[in-house]
Amino acid sequence: MTWRHRSVIDVDDWTREEFLFFLDQSRHMENVMDRPVKKVPALRGKMCVNLFFENSTRTRVSFELAEKMLSADVVNWSVSGSSTAKGETMRDTAWTLEAMGADIVVMRHGAVGAAQYLASKLKHGIVLNAGDGTHAHPTQALLDVYTAWKHFGSLEGRKIALVGDVLHSRVARSDVIAFKTMGCEVVLSGPPTLMPREVECLGVTYERDARKAVEDADMVYLLRIQRERQQDGLFPSVDEYHRWWGADEELMKLAKPGALAMHPGPINRGVEIASEVADGHQSVILEQVRSGVATRMALLYLCGGGAR
Amino acid sequence: MAELREKAQLMDSQDLNRVIRRIAHEMVEHNKGTENMVLVGIHRRGVYIARRLQKLIEEAEGQKVPCGELDITLYRDDLTALAEQPIIHSTRIPVDIAGKHVFLVDDVLFTGRTVRAALEALVDLGRPQIVQLAVIIDRGHRELPIHADICGKKVPTSKNEVIEVKVSELDGKDEVVICERDA
Repeated sequence: MTWRHRSVIDVDDWTREEFLFFLDQSRHMENVMDRPVKKVPALRGKMCVNLFFENSTRTRVSFELAEKMLSADVVNWSVSGSSTAKGETMRDTAWTLEAMGADIVVMRHGAVGAAQYLASKLKHGIVLNAGDGTHAHPTQALLDVYTAWKHFGSLEGRKIALVGDVLHSRVARSDVIAFKTMGCEVVLSGPPTLMPREVECLGVTYERDARKAVEDADMVYLLRIQRERQQDGLFPSVDEYHRWWGADEELMKLAKPGALAMHPGPINRGVEIASEVADGHQSVILEQVRSGVATRMALLYLCGGGAR
Repeated sequence: MAELREKAQLMDSQDLNRVIRRIAHEMVEHNKGTENMVLVGIHRRGVYIARRLQKLIEEAEGQKVPCGELDITLYRDDLTALAEQPIIHSTRIPVDIAGKHVFLVDDVLFTGRTVRAALEALVDLGRPQIVQLAVIIDRGHRELPIHADICGKKVPTSKNEVIEVKVSELDGKDEVVICERDA
Protein backbone atom coordinates (compact mmCIF):
# COMPACT_ATOMS: atom_id res chain seq x y z
CA MET A 1 0.00 0.00 0.00
CA THR A 2 1.24 3.49 -0.85
CA TRP A 3 1.16 5.93 2.06
CA ARG A 4 -0.37 9.14 0.70
CA HIS A 5 -0.35 11.32 3.82
CA ARG A 6 2.54 13.69 4.40
CA SER A 7 1.31 16.30 6.86
CA VAL A 8 -1.44 15.06 9.16
CA ILE A 9 -3.85 17.74 10.31
CA ASP A 10 -6.76 15.42 11.08
CA VAL A 11 -7.92 11.90 10.29
CA ASP A 12 -11.10 12.95 8.50
CA ASP A 13 -9.73 11.98 5.09
CA TRP A 14 -8.35 8.59 6.17
CA THR A 15 -10.02 5.49 4.80
CA ARG A 16 -10.65 2.38 6.86
CA GLU A 17 -7.99 0.58 4.84
CA GLU A 18 -5.49 3.28 5.80
CA PHE A 19 -6.44 2.99 9.46
CA LEU A 20 -5.95 -0.79 9.35
CA PHE A 21 -2.57 -0.44 7.66
CA PHE A 22 -1.56 2.18 10.22
CA LEU A 23 -2.66 -0.01 13.15
CA ASP A 24 -0.60 -2.90 11.85
CA GLN A 25 2.46 -0.67 11.49
CA SER A 26 1.92 0.69 15.02
CA ARG A 27 1.91 -2.87 16.36
CA HIS A 28 5.38 -3.43 14.93
CA MET A 29 6.53 -0.12 16.39
CA GLU A 30 5.28 -1.18 19.80
CA ASN A 31 7.53 -4.23 19.58
CA VAL A 32 10.52 -1.87 19.36
CA MET A 33 9.50 -0.53 22.80
CA ASP A 34 9.96 -4.01 24.29
CA ARG A 35 13.47 -4.56 22.95
CA PRO A 36 16.62 -4.25 25.07
CA VAL A 37 17.73 -1.41 22.75
CA LYS A 38 14.66 0.79 22.33
CA LYS A 39 16.00 2.60 19.34
CA VAL A 40 16.02 2.02 15.59
CA PRO A 41 17.81 4.19 13.02
CA ALA A 42 14.79 4.79 10.76
CA LEU A 43 14.80 8.61 11.06
CA ARG A 44 18.51 9.07 11.63
CA GLY A 45 19.58 12.49 10.37
CA LYS A 46 16.05 13.91 10.40
CA MET A 47 15.31 16.96 12.51
CA CYS A 48 12.03 17.11 14.38
CA VAL A 49 10.85 20.32 16.00
CA ASN A 50 8.19 20.09 18.68
CA LEU A 51 6.50 23.48 18.53
CA PHE A 52 4.15 23.82 21.46
CA PHE A 53 2.16 27.04 21.77
CA GLU A 54 0.07 25.41 24.49
CA ASN A 55 1.39 23.45 27.44
CA SER A 56 1.10 19.72 27.09
CA THR A 57 3.65 17.66 28.90
CA ARG A 58 2.35 14.21 28.03
CA THR A 59 1.79 14.76 24.30
CA ARG A 60 5.15 16.50 23.93
CA VAL A 61 7.00 13.82 25.88
CA SER A 62 5.21 11.10 23.95
CA PHE A 63 6.24 12.66 20.63
CA GLU A 64 9.77 13.25 21.91
CA LEU A 65 10.15 9.62 22.97
CA ALA A 66 8.79 8.43 19.64
CA GLU A 67 11.20 10.71 17.74
CA LYS A 68 14.16 9.58 19.84
CA MET A 69 13.29 5.89 19.46
CA LEU A 70 13.45 6.46 15.71
CA SER A 71 16.84 8.22 16.13
CA ALA A 72 15.66 11.64 14.91
CA ASP A 73 17.27 14.80 16.26
CA VAL A 74 14.79 16.62 18.47
CA VAL A 75 14.37 20.30 19.24
CA ASN A 76 11.70 21.43 21.68
CA TRP A 77 10.49 24.94 20.94
CA SER A 78 8.16 26.36 23.52
CA VAL A 79 6.39 29.65 23.06
CA SER A 80 7.49 31.18 26.35
CA GLY A 81 10.76 33.00 25.81
CA SER A 82 10.73 32.34 22.08
CA SER A 83 10.60 34.93 19.36
CA THR A 84 6.89 34.17 18.96
CA ALA A 85 6.35 35.76 22.37
CA LYS A 86 8.17 38.79 20.99
CA GLY A 87 5.62 39.19 18.25
CA GLU A 88 6.93 37.03 15.42
CA THR A 89 4.18 35.80 13.12
CA MET A 90 3.60 32.11 12.58
CA ARG A 91 4.54 32.52 8.93
CA ASP A 92 7.95 33.85 9.95
CA THR A 93 8.31 31.05 12.50
CA ALA A 94 7.56 28.52 9.78
CA TRP A 95 10.15 29.94 7.44
CA THR A 96 12.70 30.17 10.26
CA LEU A 97 12.17 26.49 11.08
CA GLU A 98 12.53 25.54 7.45
CA ALA A 99 15.71 27.59 7.08
CA MET A 100 17.11 25.76 10.10
CA GLY A 101 16.47 22.47 8.34
CA ALA A 102 13.44 21.12 10.19
CA ASP A 103 12.09 18.03 8.46
CA ILE A 104 9.10 17.38 10.71
CA VAL A 105 7.25 19.95 12.82
CA VAL A 106 4.93 18.71 15.54
CA MET A 107 2.68 21.57 16.53
CA ARG A 108 0.14 22.24 19.22
CA HIS A 109 -1.71 25.54 19.09
CA GLY A 110 -4.77 27.03 20.74
CA ALA A 111 -6.18 28.29 17.44
CA VAL A 112 -8.26 26.17 15.09
CA GLY A 113 -6.50 25.81 11.74
CA ALA A 114 -3.03 26.75 13.01
CA ALA A 115 -1.49 23.42 11.95
CA GLN A 116 -3.09 23.66 8.52
CA TYR A 117 -1.76 27.20 8.14
CA LEU A 118 1.75 26.14 9.13
CA ALA A 119 1.65 23.23 6.68
CA SER A 120 0.66 25.62 3.88
CA LYS A 121 3.66 27.82 4.62
CA LEU A 122 6.32 25.10 4.73
CA LYS A 123 7.77 24.19 1.36
CA HIS A 124 9.32 20.86 2.36
CA GLY A 125 8.65 20.25 6.03
CA ILE A 126 5.96 17.93 7.29
CA VAL A 127 3.48 19.12 9.92
CA LEU A 128 1.92 16.76 12.43
CA ASN A 129 -0.95 18.30 14.33
CA ALA A 130 -0.64 17.72 18.07
CA GLY A 131 -3.91 19.55 18.71
CA ASP A 132 -5.30 22.79 17.28
CA GLY A 133 -7.88 24.59 19.39
CA THR A 134 -11.17 22.74 19.53
CA HIS A 135 -10.67 21.35 16.03
CA ALA A 136 -8.61 18.16 15.96
CA HIS A 137 -6.22 15.93 17.84
CA PRO A 138 -5.44 13.23 15.28
CA THR A 139 -2.71 11.41 17.20
CA GLN A 140 -4.99 11.03 20.23
CA ALA A 141 -7.63 9.49 17.97
CA LEU A 142 -5.06 7.15 16.47
CA LEU A 143 -3.81 5.97 19.85
CA ASP A 144 -7.37 5.51 21.09
CA VAL A 145 -8.35 3.43 18.07
CA TYR A 146 -5.12 1.44 18.37
CA THR A 147 -5.75 0.68 22.06
CA ALA A 148 -9.30 -0.50 21.32
CA TRP A 149 -8.20 -2.48 18.24
CA LYS A 150 -5.61 -4.35 20.28
CA HIS A 151 -8.32 -5.41 22.72
CA PHE A 152 -11.10 -6.26 20.32
CA GLY A 153 -9.45 -6.99 16.99
CA SER A 154 -12.16 -5.79 14.63
CA LEU A 155 -13.98 -2.66 15.78
CA GLU A 156 -16.86 -3.20 13.35
CA GLY A 157 -20.18 -2.95 15.19
CA ARG A 158 -18.62 -2.01 18.54
CA LYS A 159 -20.25 0.72 20.57
CA ILE A 160 -18.34 3.58 22.14
CA ALA A 161 -19.88 6.11 24.53
CA LEU A 162 -18.00 9.41 24.72
CA VAL A 163 -19.04 11.16 27.91
CA GLY A 164 -18.23 14.69 29.00
CA ASP A 165 -17.25 18.04 27.55
CA VAL A 166 -17.69 17.40 23.83
CA LEU A 167 -18.13 21.11 23.06
CA HIS A 168 -14.55 22.06 23.87
CA SER A 169 -12.97 18.71 23.01
CA ARG A 170 -10.77 18.26 19.95
CA VAL A 171 -10.24 14.71 21.18
CA ALA A 172 -13.96 13.98 20.92
CA ARG A 173 -14.19 15.34 17.38
CA SER A 174 -11.25 13.34 16.07
CA ASP A 175 -12.33 10.24 17.99
CA VAL A 176 -15.84 10.41 16.53
CA ILE A 177 -14.39 10.48 13.01
CA ALA A 178 -11.86 7.73 13.70
CA PHE A 179 -14.18 5.30 15.50
CA LYS A 180 -16.95 5.83 12.96
CA THR A 181 -14.54 5.14 10.10
CA MET A 182 -13.64 1.90 11.86
CA GLY A 183 -17.31 0.92 11.88
CA CYS A 184 -18.22 1.76 15.48
CA GLU A 185 -21.50 3.11 16.77
CA VAL A 186 -20.78 6.37 18.61
CA VAL A 187 -22.99 7.78 21.36
CA LEU A 188 -22.21 11.12 22.98
CA SER A 189 -23.31 12.10 26.44
CA GLY A 190 -22.77 15.04 28.74
CA PRO A 191 -24.45 18.20 29.96
CA PRO A 192 -26.38 19.89 27.14
CA THR A 193 -24.34 23.01 27.82
CA LEU A 194 -21.18 21.10 26.89
CA MET A 195 -22.59 19.64 23.70
CA PRO A 196 -22.24 21.23 20.25
CA ARG A 197 -25.46 22.28 18.59
CA GLU A 198 -26.84 19.91 15.96
CA VAL A 199 -24.46 17.22 17.17
CA GLU A 200 -26.32 14.61 15.07
CA CYS A 201 -24.63 16.13 11.99
CA LEU A 202 -21.56 14.17 13.06
CA GLY A 203 -23.46 10.94 12.43
CA VAL A 204 -23.73 10.13 16.13
CA THR A 205 -26.53 10.04 18.66
CA TYR A 206 -26.74 12.20 21.76
CA GLU A 207 -28.04 10.77 24.99
CA ARG A 208 -28.26 13.21 27.85
CA ASP A 209 -28.44 10.47 30.46
CA ALA A 210 -24.98 8.88 30.79
CA ARG A 211 -26.57 5.69 32.17
CA LYS A 212 -28.51 5.20 28.92
CA ALA A 213 -25.50 6.20 26.79
CA VAL A 214 -23.19 3.56 28.23
CA GLU A 215 -25.78 0.77 28.10
CA ASP A 216 -24.20 -2.17 26.25
CA ALA A 217 -21.15 -0.10 25.30
CA ASP A 218 -17.87 -1.84 24.53
CA MET A 219 -15.91 1.30 25.40
CA VAL A 220 -16.69 4.12 27.81
CA TYR A 221 -14.55 7.14 26.99
CA LEU A 222 -14.46 9.82 29.67
CA LEU A 223 -13.54 13.26 28.40
CA ARG A 224 -11.59 15.58 30.65
CA ILE A 225 -13.52 18.33 32.35
CA GLN A 226 -11.43 21.44 32.31
CA ARG A 227 -11.96 22.79 35.79
CA GLU A 228 -11.12 26.32 34.64
CA ARG A 229 -14.21 26.24 32.42
CA GLN A 230 -16.32 25.45 35.43
CA GLN A 231 -16.14 29.14 36.23
CA ASP A 232 -18.06 29.84 33.04
CA GLY A 233 -21.05 28.22 34.71
CA LEU A 234 -21.49 25.55 32.04
CA PHE A 235 -22.52 23.06 34.73
CA PRO A 236 -23.60 23.74 38.29
CA SER A 237 -20.80 22.09 40.26
CA VAL A 238 -18.06 19.49 40.03
CA ASP A 239 -19.93 17.30 42.52
CA GLU A 240 -23.11 17.45 40.54
CA TYR A 241 -21.22 16.74 37.31
CA HIS A 242 -19.66 13.67 38.87
CA ARG A 243 -23.01 12.45 40.09
CA TRP A 244 -24.59 12.67 36.60
CA TRP A 245 -21.76 12.09 34.17
CA GLY A 246 -18.81 10.85 36.16
CA ALA A 247 -17.79 7.21 35.72
CA ASP A 248 -17.98 5.07 38.82
CA GLU A 249 -18.38 1.32 39.19
CA GLU A 250 -22.16 1.59 39.03
CA LEU A 251 -22.02 3.33 35.66
CA MET A 252 -19.47 0.85 34.29
CA LYS A 253 -21.75 -2.05 35.29
CA LEU A 254 -24.27 -0.82 32.72
CA ALA A 255 -21.76 -1.26 29.91
CA LYS A 256 -20.91 -4.69 28.47
CA PRO A 257 -18.88 -6.99 30.71
CA GLY A 258 -15.24 -6.33 29.93
CA ALA A 259 -15.96 -2.88 28.51
CA LEU A 260 -12.92 -0.62 28.37
CA ALA A 261 -12.71 2.57 30.45
CA MET A 262 -10.74 5.12 28.44
CA HIS A 263 -9.53 8.64 29.12
CA PRO A 264 -7.16 10.97 27.22
CA GLY A 265 -5.48 12.15 30.42
CA PRO A 266 -4.63 13.91 32.58
CA ILE A 267 -7.46 12.57 34.73
CA ASN A 268 -9.50 14.51 37.24
CA ARG A 269 -10.15 11.90 39.89
CA GLY A 270 -13.60 12.23 41.37
CA VAL A 271 -14.81 14.49 38.57
CA GLU A 272 -15.19 12.70 35.23
CA ILE A 273 -13.79 9.45 36.57
CA ALA A 274 -13.73 7.86 40.03
CA SER A 275 -10.48 6.32 41.25
CA GLU A 276 -12.15 2.90 41.43
CA VAL A 277 -12.62 3.06 37.64
CA ALA A 278 -9.37 4.83 36.76
CA ASP A 279 -7.37 2.22 38.67
CA GLY A 280 -9.78 -0.67 38.09
CA HIS A 281 -9.42 -3.74 35.89
CA GLN A 282 -11.38 -2.18 33.05
CA SER A 283 -9.14 0.86 32.82
CA VAL A 284 -6.82 1.04 29.79
CA ILE A 285 -5.62 4.57 30.54
CA LEU A 286 -1.97 3.57 30.92
CA GLU A 287 -2.23 1.36 27.85
CA GLN A 288 -3.40 4.45 25.97
CA VAL A 289 -0.25 6.26 27.11
CA ARG A 290 1.90 3.41 25.82
CA SER A 291 -0.09 3.25 22.59
CA GLY A 292 0.60 6.96 22.16
CA VAL A 293 4.32 6.36 21.75
CA ALA A 294 3.83 3.44 19.34
CA THR A 295 1.30 5.23 17.13
CA ARG A 296 3.37 8.42 17.04
CA MET A 297 6.40 6.38 16.01
CA ALA A 298 4.37 4.87 13.19
CA LEU A 299 3.10 8.28 12.10
CA LEU A 300 6.55 9.87 12.17
CA TYR A 301 7.98 6.96 10.23
CA LEU A 302 5.25 6.77 7.61
CA CYS A 303 5.10 10.53 7.03
CA GLY A 304 8.83 11.10 7.31
CA GLY A 305 9.93 8.38 4.90
CA GLY A 306 9.85 8.00 1.13
CA ALA A 307 10.94 10.39 -1.59
CA ARG A 308 9.79 14.01 -1.59
CA MET B 1 9.12 1.57 -13.83
CA ALA B 2 10.62 -0.90 -16.33
CA GLU B 3 8.80 -4.21 -16.69
CA LEU B 4 10.55 -7.44 -15.73
CA ARG B 5 10.74 -10.12 -18.38
CA GLU B 6 11.58 -13.70 -17.40
CA LYS B 7 14.73 -14.77 -19.21
CA ALA B 8 15.51 -18.25 -17.93
CA GLN B 9 14.78 -20.71 -15.15
CA LEU B 10 17.85 -21.31 -12.99
CA MET B 11 16.34 -23.90 -10.67
CA ASP B 12 13.12 -25.84 -10.68
CA SER B 13 11.36 -27.07 -7.57
CA GLN B 14 13.59 -30.13 -7.16
CA ASP B 15 16.79 -28.15 -7.67
CA LEU B 16 15.75 -25.56 -5.11
CA ASN B 17 14.83 -28.19 -2.54
CA ARG B 18 18.16 -29.96 -3.07
CA VAL B 19 19.99 -26.68 -2.50
CA ILE B 20 18.03 -25.95 0.68
CA ARG B 21 18.73 -29.50 1.91
CA ARG B 22 22.46 -29.05 1.25
CA ILE B 23 22.47 -25.70 3.06
CA ALA B 24 20.80 -27.37 6.07
CA HIS B 25 23.58 -29.99 6.18
CA GLU B 26 26.30 -27.36 5.77
CA MET B 27 24.83 -25.35 8.65
CA VAL B 28 25.00 -28.32 10.98
CA GLU B 29 28.53 -29.03 9.75
CA HIS B 30 29.64 -25.41 10.32
CA ASN B 31 28.09 -25.48 13.77
CA LYS B 32 29.37 -28.98 14.60
CA GLY B 33 25.89 -30.06 15.58
CA THR B 34 22.80 -28.08 16.53
CA GLU B 35 23.81 -26.82 19.94
CA ASN B 36 23.51 -23.06 20.48
CA MET B 37 22.18 -22.65 16.95
CA VAL B 38 19.51 -20.11 15.97
CA LEU B 39 18.08 -19.57 12.48
CA VAL B 40 16.93 -16.06 11.59
CA GLY B 41 15.19 -15.47 8.26
CA ILE B 42 15.23 -12.02 6.72
CA HIS B 43 11.82 -10.83 5.56
CA ARG B 44 10.21 -11.86 3.37
CA ARG B 45 11.42 -14.99 1.56
CA GLY B 46 14.30 -15.58 3.95
CA VAL B 47 11.69 -16.33 6.62
CA TYR B 48 10.15 -19.20 4.61
CA ILE B 49 13.54 -20.60 3.67
CA ALA B 50 14.65 -20.50 7.32
CA ARG B 51 11.51 -22.41 8.35
CA ARG B 52 12.26 -25.11 5.78
CA LEU B 53 15.84 -25.31 7.02
CA GLN B 54 14.56 -25.72 10.56
CA LYS B 55 12.38 -28.64 9.45
CA LEU B 56 15.19 -30.31 7.49
CA ILE B 57 17.65 -29.96 10.39
CA GLU B 58 15.09 -31.48 12.74
CA GLU B 59 14.60 -34.42 10.35
CA ALA B 60 18.34 -34.99 10.04
CA GLU B 61 19.47 -34.33 13.60
CA GLY B 62 16.36 -34.95 15.66
CA GLN B 63 16.72 -31.52 17.26
CA LYS B 64 14.43 -28.55 16.71
CA VAL B 65 16.57 -25.43 16.47
CA PRO B 66 14.94 -22.08 17.26
CA CYS B 67 13.87 -20.14 14.17
CA GLY B 68 12.97 -16.45 14.06
CA GLU B 69 12.17 -13.72 11.59
CA LEU B 70 13.86 -10.38 11.16
CA ASP B 71 12.51 -7.27 9.48
CA ILE B 72 15.15 -4.78 8.41
CA THR B 73 12.85 -1.99 7.20
CA LEU B 74 13.61 0.31 10.12
CA TYR B 75 17.34 -0.18 9.51
CA ARG B 76 17.44 0.72 5.82
CA ASP B 77 19.77 3.54 4.87
CA ASP B 78 17.77 4.67 1.85
CA LEU B 79 14.42 5.65 3.39
CA THR B 80 14.26 9.13 1.88
CA ALA B 81 15.43 7.92 -1.52
CA LEU B 82 12.56 5.48 -1.91
CA ALA B 83 9.60 6.35 -4.07
CA GLU B 84 7.22 4.43 -1.84
CA GLN B 85 7.06 4.04 1.89
CA PRO B 86 8.39 0.60 2.88
CA ILE B 87 6.09 -1.53 5.00
CA ILE B 88 7.28 -2.72 8.39
CA HIS B 89 6.95 -6.45 9.06
CA SER B 90 7.30 -8.32 12.29
CA THR B 91 10.54 -9.19 14.02
CA ARG B 92 10.18 -12.29 16.18
CA ILE B 93 13.04 -14.29 17.57
CA PRO B 94 11.86 -16.86 20.08
CA VAL B 95 15.09 -17.02 22.12
CA ASP B 96 17.66 -14.61 23.48
CA ILE B 97 20.38 -14.52 20.83
CA ALA B 98 23.11 -13.44 23.25
CA GLY B 99 26.00 -15.92 22.99
CA LYS B 100 24.28 -17.94 20.25
CA HIS B 101 25.47 -19.03 16.84
CA VAL B 102 23.08 -17.21 14.54
CA PHE B 103 22.56 -18.15 10.92
CA LEU B 104 21.05 -15.27 8.95
CA VAL B 105 19.06 -16.65 6.03
CA ASP B 106 18.08 -14.78 2.87
CA ASP B 107 17.11 -15.66 -0.67
CA VAL B 108 19.45 -13.48 -2.74
CA LEU B 109 22.69 -11.73 -1.82
CA PHE B 110 23.22 -8.66 -3.98
CA THR B 111 24.71 -5.34 -2.81
CA GLY B 112 25.04 -6.47 0.81
CA ARG B 113 23.02 -3.55 2.15
CA THR B 114 20.17 -5.75 3.35
CA VAL B 115 22.65 -7.91 5.27
CA ARG B 116 24.33 -4.82 6.74
CA ALA B 117 20.92 -3.64 7.98
CA ALA B 118 20.16 -7.13 9.29
CA LEU B 119 23.41 -7.22 11.26
CA GLU B 120 22.58 -3.86 12.81
CA ALA B 121 19.07 -5.02 13.67
CA LEU B 122 20.43 -8.23 15.13
CA VAL B 123 22.94 -6.64 17.49
CA ASP B 124 20.19 -4.37 18.83
CA LEU B 125 18.44 -7.54 19.98
CA GLY B 126 21.45 -9.08 21.69
CA ARG B 127 25.08 -10.00 21.18
CA PRO B 128 25.43 -13.29 19.31
CA GLN B 129 28.69 -15.19 19.61
CA ILE B 130 28.90 -15.74 15.84
CA VAL B 131 26.73 -14.64 12.93
CA GLN B 132 26.92 -16.49 9.64
CA LEU B 133 25.08 -15.83 6.43
CA ALA B 134 23.33 -18.43 4.29
CA VAL B 135 21.75 -17.52 0.94
CA ILE B 136 20.25 -19.42 -1.96
CA ILE B 137 21.79 -17.22 -4.68
CA ASP B 138 24.80 -14.89 -4.68
CA ARG B 139 24.43 -12.66 -7.72
CA GLY B 140 27.47 -10.44 -7.11
CA HIS B 141 27.64 -6.62 -7.35
CA ARG B 142 28.55 -6.16 -3.71
CA GLU B 143 28.73 -2.57 -2.41
CA LEU B 144 29.89 -3.57 1.07
CA PRO B 145 32.50 -6.05 2.32
CA ILE B 146 30.00 -8.83 3.01
CA HIS B 147 30.09 -12.44 1.84
CA ALA B 148 27.94 -15.51 2.30
CA ASP B 149 29.31 -18.30 4.49
CA ILE B 150 26.95 -20.79 2.86
CA CYS B 151 25.72 -20.22 -0.66
CA GLY B 152 23.39 -22.33 -2.79
CA LYS B 153 24.63 -21.08 -6.13
CA LYS B 154 26.75 -18.22 -7.47
CA VAL B 155 25.16 -16.60 -10.50
CA PRO B 156 27.05 -13.79 -12.22
CA THR B 157 24.47 -11.25 -13.37
CA SER B 158 24.34 -7.88 -15.05
CA LYS B 159 22.81 -4.95 -13.15
CA ASN B 160 19.95 -5.03 -15.61
CA GLU B 161 18.97 -8.47 -14.40
CA VAL B 162 17.02 -9.57 -11.36
CA ILE B 163 17.05 -12.95 -9.64
CA GLU B 164 13.72 -14.10 -8.26
CA VAL B 165 13.63 -16.93 -5.75
CA LYS B 166 10.03 -18.09 -5.56
CA VAL B 167 8.72 -20.12 -2.65
CA SER B 168 5.43 -21.97 -2.70
CA GLU B 169 4.28 -20.45 0.62
CA LEU B 170 4.29 -17.00 -0.94
CA ASP B 171 4.44 -17.42 -4.71
CA GLY B 172 2.54 -20.67 -5.21
CA LYS B 173 5.57 -22.52 -6.58
CA ASP B 174 9.25 -23.23 -5.90
CA GLU B 175 11.71 -22.05 -8.51
CA VAL B 176 14.52 -19.61 -9.21
CA VAL B 177 14.33 -17.47 -12.33
CA ILE B 178 16.47 -14.78 -13.86
CA CYS B 179 14.58 -11.79 -15.21
CA GLU B 180 15.63 -8.85 -17.29
CA ARG B 181 14.36 -5.30 -17.15
CA ASP B 182 12.90 -4.09 -20.42
CA ALA B 183 14.74 -1.00 -21.63
